[in-house]
Amino acid sequence: MMEFFDSGLGLSLIVFLPAAGALALFAFPKANEAAQKWTALVFSAVTALLAVIAAAVFDYGAAERFQFEVMESWIPAIGANYHIGVDGISLPLLVLSAVVTLLAVIYSWDHWEEPRNVRGFLALMLLLATGMNGTFAALDLVLFFIFFELVLLPMYFMIGIWGDGARRRIPVLGRTVTMRLYASIKFFIFTLFGSAFMLLGFLALYFRSGDFLGANTFDIPVLIALGSENAFGSGTFAFLVFGAMFLGFAVKVPMWPFHTWLPDAHTAAPTVGSVLLAAILLKLGSYAFLRISIPVLPDMARQWAPAIGLLAVIGIIYGSLACLAQTDVKRLIAFSSVGHMGFVMLGIATMTDVGFNAALIGMVAHGLITGLLFFIAGSMHHRYHTREIARLGGNQKLMPWMGGILAFTAMASLGLPGLAGFWGEFMSLLGAYRPLAGLSLSQFQTYMVIGAVGTVLTAGYMLWMLQRVNLGEPKEEWSGREFADIGRYEWLAWAPLIVAIVAIGVYPRIVLGATTDAVVNLARNAFGG
Amino acid sequence: MDLDYHALAPEIVVAATILLVLGLDVALPRRRKYWTAFAGVVGLTLAAVPLVTLALGGGPGARSMLGGGYVVDDFALVLKAVFIAGGYLVLLMSVSYIESDRYYQGEYYLLLLTSILGSLIMASSRDLITVFVGLELVTGPLFLLAGWRKGDARSNEASLKFFILGVLSTAVLLYGMSFLYGLTGSVTFEGIRTAGAGLLDSGAFRLAVLFTLIGFGFKITAVPFHFWAPDTYEGAPTPVTAYLSVGSKAAGFVGLLLLCYRAFPSVTEIWGPALWVLAALSMTLGNLTALRQDNIVRMLAYSSIAQGGFILVPFAAAAVTNDPLVIQEAASATIVYVIIYAFMNLGAFAVVIEGARRTGTSMIDGWAGMWRYAPRLAVLGAVFFFSLAGIPPLAGWYAKFAMFLAILRPGNPWTAALAVIAAVNAVIALVYYARVGKTMWMDPLPDGASDGERTARPMSGALALALGISVIFVILAGVLPFQLAGVFAEAAKVVTAGI
Repeated sequence: MMEFFDSGLGLSLIVFLPAAGALALFAFPKANEAAQKWTALVFSAVTALLAVIAAAVFDYGAAERFQFEVMESWIPAIGANYHIGVDGISLPLLVLSAVVTLLAVIYSWDHWEEPRNVRGFLALMLLLATGMNGTFAALDLVLFFIFFELVLLPMYFMIGIWGDGARRRIPVLGRTVTMRLYASIKFFIFTLFGSAFMLLGFLALYFRSGDFLGANTFDIPVLIALGSENAFGSGTFAFLVFGAMFLGFAVKVPMWPFHTWLPDAHTAAPTVGSVLLAAILLKLGSYAFLRISIPVLPDMARQWAPAIGLLAVIGIIYGSLACLAQTDVKRLIAFSSVGHMGFVMLGIATMTDVGFNAALIGMVAHGLITGLLFFIAGSMHHRYHTREIARLGGNQKLMPWMGGILAFTAMASLGLPGLAGFWGEFMSLLGAYRPLAGLSLSQFQTYMVIGAVGTVLTAGYMLWMLQRVNLGEPKEEWSGREFADIGRYEWLAWAPLIVAIVAIGVYPRIVLGATTDAVVNLARNAFGG
Repeated sequence: MDLDYHALAPEIVVAATILLVLGLDVALPRRRKYWTAFAGVVGLTLAAVPLVTLALGGGPGARSMLGGGYVVDDFALVLKAVFIAGGYLVLLMSVSYIESDRYYQGEYYLLLLTSILGSLIMASSRDLITVFVGLELVTGPLFLLAGWRKGDARSNEASLKFFILGVLSTAVLLYGMSFLYGLTGSVTFEGIRTAGAGLLDSGAFRLAVLFTLIGFGFKITAVPFHFWAPDTYEGAPTPVTAYLSVGSKAAGFVGLLLLCYRAFPSVTEIWGPALWVLAALSMTLGNLTALRQDNIVRMLAYSSIAQGGFILVPFAAAAVTNDPLVIQEAASATIVYVIIYAFMNLGAFAVVIEGARRTGTSMIDGWAGMWRYAPRLAVLGAVFFFSLAGIPPLAGWYAKFAMFLAILRPGNPWTAALAVIAAVNAVIALVYYARVGKTMWMDPLPDGASDGERTARPMSGALALALGISVIFVILAGVLPFQLAGVFAEAAKVVTAGI
């Protein structure tokens, strides 16, 4: 097994098996839904299993090193390579991505949105998985760009075809639109806008790298090595490049004020789409900060840090306040993501190993918790056919298990100690208390205080939502109705998430054990000391 | 005068095919005229054979004829291959379309093949006279083809507009060329390059360069010389439009590449800014106008104007540097873009032809819910239109990527500004390309249409073949662009040699 992974074959399979599965689906006639479900299950299960084995054979003693590397020539004309590998930073996210995809396939087993098209939906989901896994494994800027963009088309179609058909008036446009159409194209355009500039930044790095190496390179480890000598400096060039990449990554995170695509996309997407969006797609941006922006342009990262921190805390407060005003369960969870990703970005903005660790455990926790929340919201919508908080109520009485899991997840989301959500928020605030030397202490401590207020607000809206949805008596309209509690496939999909939330909550070393050495190394290389 | 018959073999085969088609058209009874199409397809396939033998057995050095005015080198070979492949796809797309009209089939293929012959000549031309002959041979037949549907007023309008503006542009081009000859005393590109270096301060020389550029500006439908394109594209039979937007446009770009890189390298400060402006205007106006189109052919017309802008972008990079490697990369980026564009745009037009046949309309809204009755066509439509938008892993991404790579290389503020304009335009373009995908996949079937109604008639085999070839190219070139990039770097070396 070791050789299998050390040769890099295992990692390549984790990246490309899902896409192969998407093709394999077309081996069966469209009507044979069972065969398609099983194919998707097998491919995603093998992928997830490989990811878990990869985590098991990963050498944690050398987590700062890239492991399972593959380096093959891909586009020699421009020196772009098929270079993949994982280190302590990407490993947890890769496992998260592979496992959540499997859970999404399981959940889909008996949840199909109209128009029913099992094969199409599963194919898009598997294609999406290749894009996500590939982004976390890519160690070449061109490859990274390809995978980063590869997620766009499947998600666009997923939201646009199977999304929420409700019509809503959009004040900015001045007209009424079908939500799924509006949300899907908005998601696409926002992300593409960011990534177009991100690409310009990548190319600028590529050209400048030639000044130091003699040959231009897209190779991320080489660029990181250049960055640790601060080769790109802190002049206008570095400023523009960081800014261009910032646009691409910040839209994806999304950071305030680039977040407006998120509530629409999350709310309109079909359940599985929301889960994958929240659990994994949002991580692509924050991961890219840790993988590319900061190690390659450390001086610029330090200069931008106060601004990133400011946008992060605005995101925290804005997200929480917006949650208080939501009447739709799904939209509320979507806005809570803006707040949670704010904590992740605040951690990153501190530019310390503590902050980076906070960001990574925050990303994993948010992936598990918000993923689960969207699953629950989807299942409840499936039963009540509404997501209006005002019409729900007494859920605990109607569906005791569902209510219990919802309460558990909401507690995890608001950062209850002992559950996964706690560590990200706590460590991020801790990092802000003592940011990187040279950053304004008072400024970051102000951010910390504002962030702490944000945790209170988060607790506020989550508990308030719980009170309105779960507690009290069921509304009149549901009287005499029987609701099926959590079903078999729902249990299968949710149980691993619940276990992981508790496990990481009590034993955060599951994540930190992989990440700590890597982020310490990252901070040391980038900022010395 | 020595002629190298091996080097000329592709042209000779196509010319022979033209004569054969002419003969068949006279000899065959009306209902068997489809044999002319068959002859055309076979002829073009045969024309590709000497290309392969030339490429394999070429050896060092180019084959040069007619006093250096006609050259078969790597550049010519690559582009001839593209022209033949593109022409082949257009022929395949034409078969069922033209057959359903049931008249003048023979003449149609005759004219189309003549135009393809012209583009083959363009690729080899290395003096003003051959360029001109090639270009007119490309365009002349298209005036007639654009007006093919005689009974249709729009088709007549298409032809007339195209003809008038085509003649105007030819006049401008010839005017510029006559100045060039008068000032430099030479018609060959080499001669103009040598003599031009001593004419930098001559106002007449600068004017002559500008006139030639404007002449080609019409051919490549660069804004502001694009006015004929949308009406002509809409009115002409769709396969002809496909050819116009790909074959004749690529021929224009070949001419522009040769002139800028081989004849005018000494006056980059004239054509550099001029093409910078043309590129920025074409991308921006083409895209903004395409956003407002409801007819899919018109949308593709404006989109092809915008794509032409993207293809022009690398020229601006070549103009601001003396580094031969940068110039070579710019030429290579243009060639790569032209080729990828050719395949994805032809694919898109093939989808349009089939979609219009199925739905009976080329209004975008009429295609709503297409995935229900034609799922394969809807998949292909999504592939080609998102490839045009440049979304990985479809081939279009590499075209845009190579373009960005070339324009950012010089590290000059002006070229960087053009890169930003191109980046913004890439996003705008997504909006209208995605609209086609949205309509086919996300909109409900229009009222009164049933699923079954539109499934009845299967696609013609020739069109299916054209779609298959383009889709394979678009996916392979997107995932493994390296072969492509390598071949075109060779071609670019040749065109930029000696700068």
